[in-house]
Amino acid sequence: MAATLQFDLVSPEKRLASFQAVEVQIPGADGDMTAMEGHSPTITTLRPGILKAVGADQTLAFAVTGGFAEITAAGVSVLAEQAVAVDDLSGTVLDGMIEQARELAAMALPEDKDAAEKLVQDMMVLRNHEAH
Amino acid sequence: MPSLKDLKNKITSIKNTRKITKAMQMVAAAKLRRAQEAAEAGRPYAERMTAVMAGLAASVGTSASAPRLLAGTGEDKVHLLVVMTAERGLCGGFNSSIVRMARLKAQELLGKGKTVKILTVGKKGREQLKRDFASLMIGHVDLSEVKRVGYTQAQAIAKDILTRFDAGEFDVATLFFNRFQSVISQVPTAQQVIPAKFDAADAGDAVALYDYEPSEEGILADLLPRGVATQVFTALLENGASEQGARMSAMDNATRNAGDMIDKYTTIYNRSRQAAITKELIEIISGAEAL
Repeated sequence: MAATLQFDLVSPEKRLASFQAVEVQIPGADGDMTAMEGHSPTITTLRPGILKAVGADQTLAFAVTGGFAEITAAGVSVLAEQAVAVDDLSGTVLDGMIEQARELAAMALPEDKDAAEKLVQDMMVLRNHEAH
Repeated sequence: MPSLKDLKNKITSIKNTRKITKAMQMVAAAKLRRAQEAAEAGRPYAERMTAVMAGLAASVGTSASAPRLLAGTGEDKVHLLVVMTAERGLCGGFNSSIVRMARLKAQELLGKGKTVKILTVGKKGREQLKRDFASLMIGHVDLSEVKRVGYTQAQAIAKDILTRFDAGEFDVATLFFNRFQSVISQVPTAQQVIPAKFDAADAGDAVALYDYEPSEEGILADLLPRGVATQVFTALLENGASEQGARMSAMDNATRNAGDMIDKYTTIYNRSRQAAITKELIEIISGAEAL
């Protein structure tokens, strides 16, 4: 059996997942990364995207927005502001999230505008991904 | 001496009151369990968040590049007090204890010549503070329509606070809420959220070893506003659990009190009834003897 690491996903309201995973794919703010056992300790912020944890007997995927991931050699804990299991994810939920992001982008200060627009774009990609 | 009928009415009315307080106690007990679960479920997130932020804050320090949410505005003139209370009364000293603490703090700050602004969450706190500090109130968040407090509400409150901070409306923000310890004990707590304050103990030793993506400052700037929302959320959850706990014990007391009163009035009722019977007997006997 491949070496595993402890994967935890928590949102402010509850703990969504906690199990031994072989690899965890994280949508980092500076690019996607995959964490496996023995990864160098890293803290990264998240951009909206799909977080995927592959375990020995289960694979869970979540759509996450905002928050950060803390990676150590022995585990990954992801603190997501919003996290929805991909199975529960429907177009309407995403549309709501996109709508919210759009509103924020429209209100954002000039210096934050790019980041907010990027957020909307990320969400759109997520939406398209979901449609396929 | 009240008549027998009056006494009987009184006992019936107290019995009805007891039924109501008993029902409220049971409702509070059920809600308490849910509130406690919610508070516990939110704990891992808040703890990790604080630990990571404390580590980052320690390494970034109070250098000039540190975000204003951490370093502060460099002044200490205008204080924002965020007073979180319940929407409803009948929960013992729950609301008063928070308000008392906030009032003392406000008076202390005013005494030092600082400017105080008050933002209230929950109707009861606003009503009580309006009497003394009506001119200092700058806003109110109404949660009476909200059945279950969620992170969205916390985000909305945090956004309000942050917008005011960005607009330069205050230098220091403090949250006032009740920390839940047990059903009979809730501790009024004041927690400073802006500028962010961390205990040295929160930051583990290992934190310094992390790689950061993007930069430490970048992450910190992203996390600090979220940290405010998290702290507001934790405060709301603690407050929710405390409110139900306080209501439960207050209603338990009320129920017991009603029981005592019923006993007392029943004794008086029985005595008066017996006295009336004795009086009638004496009247009959003395009437018969007179013949």
